[in-house]
Amino acid sequence: MSNQSPDLAKTLRKKRNDILELWMKNQLADVSLREDLLTNEELRAQSEELLDVLLQNLNERNIAEVESADFEPVVEVLSGISISRAKQGFTPRETGLYIFSLKDALLTVVQQELKDDPAQLVTAVLTISKLVDSFGVTTFETFIKGREEVILRQTDEITEISTPVIQLWDNILALPIIGTLDSSRTQVVMENLLQQIVDTGSSIAILDISGVPAVDSLVAQHLIKTVSATRLMGAECIISGIRPEIAQTVVHLGIDLSNIVTKASLASALRYAFGMLQLDVKKTIREK
Amino acid sequence: MDKIPILRMGHFLLVTIQTDLYDRLAMSLEADLVQMVSKTNAKGVLIDISAQSIVDSFMGRIIGNIASMCKILDAETVVVGMQPAVAITLIELGLELKGVHTALNVEKGMELLQTKIILPTEDTSDDDDYSA
Repeated sequence: MSNQSPDLAKTLRKKRNDILELWMKNQLADVSLREDLLTNEELRAQSEELLDVLLQNLNERNIAEVESADFEPVVEVLSGISISRAKQGFTPRETGLYIFSLKDALLTVVQQELKDDPAQLVTAVLTISKLVDSFGVTTFETFIKGREEVILRQTDEITEISTPVIQLWDNILALPIIGTLDSSRTQVVMENLLQQIVDTGSSIAILDISGVPAVDSLVAQHLIKTVSATRLMGAECIISGIRPEIAQTVVHLGIDLSNIVTKASLASALRYAFGMLQLDVKKTIREK
Repeated sequence: MDKIPILRMGHFLLVTIQTDLYDRLAMSLEADLVQMVSKTNAKGVLIDISAQSIVDSFMGRIIGNIASMCKILDAETVVVGMQPAVAITLIELGLELKGVHTALNVEKGMELLQTKIILPTEDTSDDDDYSA
């Protein structure tokens, strides 16, 4: 390496301002510039930080070894940029092009520097390409990681908020289920419901499935499990909110719900629960 | 070997399992309880398992067995105070404990037993049948 690019790193460091200017010019001239997401000043600060940390950690020894531990600070800055861009709403393409536009700037400078020595120019171009390509890949990795974190957080939030257990009346709990009921959600729903039954000492639980888009044999099995578990605890479970389409599917699939109390609406389930608790709802007659 | 006490309360038998129910203990409980039901001519058996945090298929079967045996001896069985984790485990094991009545706590279990059983001597005073 030393005989081919002894001063490539040094040259680049010397030309730092030229590279930055060129890079910024390229970026600002690009049609895909997103001024709505990032102002030009912020973009410049971001680019300057990345270039500085890159040039500081670059030397003639590690420039050809993209896996070198010396680049850890660079990778760190890249990850930061990538994640913040993912959150700001940049597309992966835009973030990728941002990194690759650095390559253009570097190559243009190197080309000017080494235009008298084609052999060395080729080596330098290959080295730089390899280096920036590896940075590009890192950026994509962290970009995807950033997006995945967002997705994971949202999934957690959905599971958290989608299973509220509501106390409708003394001794009556309701659990509206919204969204598809898979095994992991059934587990959460069941645990929440049973815990609430213990905490409130309720003897009736109403499982409202009006928000469940489809009931297949697996979902039905999960419902039956929940009902059975509630019964084991010593409480009665009513399934309400069964839409006509769901009734059709259940019968077509041959699922036996005959030993479970089912009601068409939450209101009728509540009325049934009142009946079980021997409660009566009356209209008060106002005395004149 | 430990023994699980079986308390007599009028026409009912009260069993509170406070220790870990290992297999042999469960077997001896089953034998003792059936003996006791037959000796005292009890009409109802109430088993409190609120202290049990773990359960296996054997335990589930023993409880089911006790209920069936008591049924033959003309006594109703109520299992009370089952922990959520235990209920989920039993369901996952496919044990629905058919023929066993359940209640949330001892108080509700007693009420349930009283409504289920028509006592021979005294009048059951409140003839509500809300769990029927």
